[in-house]
Amino acid sequence: MIEALFSYDFLQNAFLSGLIIGVIAPMIGLFIVVRRLALIADALSHVSLAGIAGSLYLSQQVVFFAGLNPVYLGMAAAVGGSLLIERLRRVYRNFEELAIPIILSAGIGFGAIFISLAKGFGSDLVGYLFGSVSAVSRQDLTVVAVLAAAVLVFIYLFYKELFTLSFDTDYSRASGLNGGWIQILFMVMTALVIGASMRIVGILLVSSLMTLPVASAIQVAKSFRSAMVLSVILGETSVIAGLVAAFYLDIAPGGTIVVTAILILLAVLGGKRLLGLRHPEAEEEAA
Amino acid sequence: MQGSLVKLTDVSFSYGSSAVLKDITFTVNPGEFWALIGPNGSGKSTLIKLLLGLLKPSRGTVELFGKPAGDPDRKERIGYVSQKSASFNSGFPATVLEVVKSGLTVKRGLFRRFTEDDSKAARRALQAVGMEDFTGRNIGELSGGQQQRVFIARALAAEPELLIMDEPTVGIDQQNSASFYSMLEELNREHGIAIILVSHEIDLVTDLASHVACLNHTMHFHGGRRDFAKLGDRDLSKWYGHPVRLIHQKEGGGSDD
Repeated sequence: MIEALFSYDFLQNAFLSGLIIGVIAPMIGLFIVVRRLALIADALSHVSLAGIAGSLYLSQQVVFFAGLNPVYLGMAAAVGGSLLIERLRRVYRNFEELAIPIILSAGIGFGAIFISLAKGFGSDLVGYLFGSVSAVSRQDLTVVAVLAAAVLVFIYLFYKELFTLSFDTDYSRASGLNGGWIQILFMVMTALVIGASMRIVGILLVSSLMTLPVASAIQVAKSFRSAMVLSVILGETSVIAGLVAAFYLDIAPGGTIVVTAILILLAVLGGKRLLGLRHPEAEEEAA
Repeated sequence: MQGSLVKLTDVSFSYGSSAVLKDITFTVNPGEFWALIGPNGSGKSTLIKLLLGLLKPSRGTVELFGKPAGDPDRKERIGYVSQKSASFNSGFPATVLEVVKSGLTVKRGLFRRFTEDDSKAARRALQAVGMEDFTGRNIGELSGGQQQRVFIARALAAEPELLIMDEPTVGIDQQNSASFYSMLEELNREHGIAIILVSHEIDLVTDLASHVACLNHTMHFHGGRRDFAKLGDRDLSKWYGHPVRLIHQKEGGGSDD
C-alpha cells in the first residue's frame, strides 16, 4: 500500500482527508457526547443526505449543478439542519430531544424523494452513504483541510467556554456566560465536520466516528483534556486501520473504520473489566 | 467600606397570574452571613434567580453592588452554588482542577485562554475549601460532600464578594453537611465573604448565620440571629403555615421550585 500511496493521487487524497477528519470528528464529538447530544450528529448527517441527493438529482436537470460538488449542498443542508435543531429545541422546551427525530425524519424524507426523482441509487450515492477510497478528489481534500482549520480555530478559541457550558449549563447561565451564540456556532461546526467527513466514512457512519472513539476515551480518561487527546488517538487509529483494510479488501472505508472503532471500544471495555478498573458511575450504582 | 452588596426594594414577582413574591425589601451588607429559610414553594429559589439577574422583578428594584441587577460586570463579584447534582453529569470526564478553573471562564473573557495565574487562583480556592489534595482527581469519583466543596471552590476562584448558595447540602449526609457548614463559617469569618445560604435545615443554618430571613411569599422576618432567636415556635409555625419546632427540626429534601 505504501507504493500505491505514492503512485496514486486518489489514495493520497483519501488518506490525508482521513487523517484530518480523524482529528476533528472525535474532538467535536467529545463535546457532543458529554452533553448527551450524541444523536444530533445522526440527525445532521441524515439531513446532509437530503442535500447530497438533491444535488445529485439537480445535476441531472440543471447544467449549473452538474459541475457542483454535491458535498457543498450536503454541507449546506447540514448547517441549515443544525440551526433548525437549535430553533426546535427552544420551541419544545420540555421535549428538547424531539428536535432530533423531527430533523432526522425530514432529512430522510427529502433524501428519499430526491433519490426517487433521480431514478434510484447510482454508485455515486453509495459512495456518499458508506464512504469511498477512490472518490476523494484534490478539491475534496482542500475543502476538508479548510473546514478542519475552521473547526480547530473554533475549539482553540472557545475551549474554556465550551467546557464550562458542557459541564454545567445552569451554572454557566448563572455566572453570566452567554452561551446562546456559542451554541449556535458549535452546531454549525458540527455540521461542517459532518460535511468534511462524509466523503471518507459516508453519511450513515459519520456520527460513529464522532461518538465511538469518545465512548472509548471517557471510559479511561480522568480529565477532559486527556479525554480529548485519547479520543483523537483512537479516532486516528480507527481511520488508518480502516482505510488500509478498505484498500486491501476493496470494501467501503466507512464500514472498516467504524468496525475498527467498535473493536477498540470492546477492547477498552474488556480491558477495564480484566484490570478491575471501575467507572465512577458503576461505583455509584454499587453504593 | 462600600455600601450594600444586595438591595431589594419593594420587589414583587409573579409567574403569569400567580404571585410568588410580594413586597420584598431586603439588604445584605459586606461580611454578613444570611440564612434564607422558608417552606417548600415559598419563593426562595425565585428570590435567588432575581438576585442573579436570571429573572426580572414584576415590580420594585434589585440592586447589586449599588447598581441595577442588569449591569453586566456584577456577575464576577457573585459566586453561585446550586443544589448538588442539579445540572452536572457524574460521568463527566473532568478533573477537580478543570472544574474549578471553569469558574474563571467569564472573568478571563472571550478569546483568552486560561493562564498559569488562573491555575493558581483555582488551587487557592481549593485550599480554602480543604480540597487541595484532590486537584487531579476525577470529579465523579468524589463523594457528594466533596463535590459540593469543589463547586464552592469553583465559585470562589473568581474571588467573589458574595457567595449565593441554593440548598447546597441537599443529597449530602448529615455528618458531611455539618463539616460543610463549618467550612462556610470559616470562609465568612476568615475571608470576609458575604454569604446568602438558602436551606431547609432551620436549626443548623440559624445557628451558623449572622442574619436570618424568613420567606413565605413575603418576607416575614429579616434581622440578626439574636432577634431571630427571641422568636417563638408560634411565629415560625404561623409563617410556615404548619407546626415548626426549632429544636432538631428537620424537613425532607427537595427543591422549592
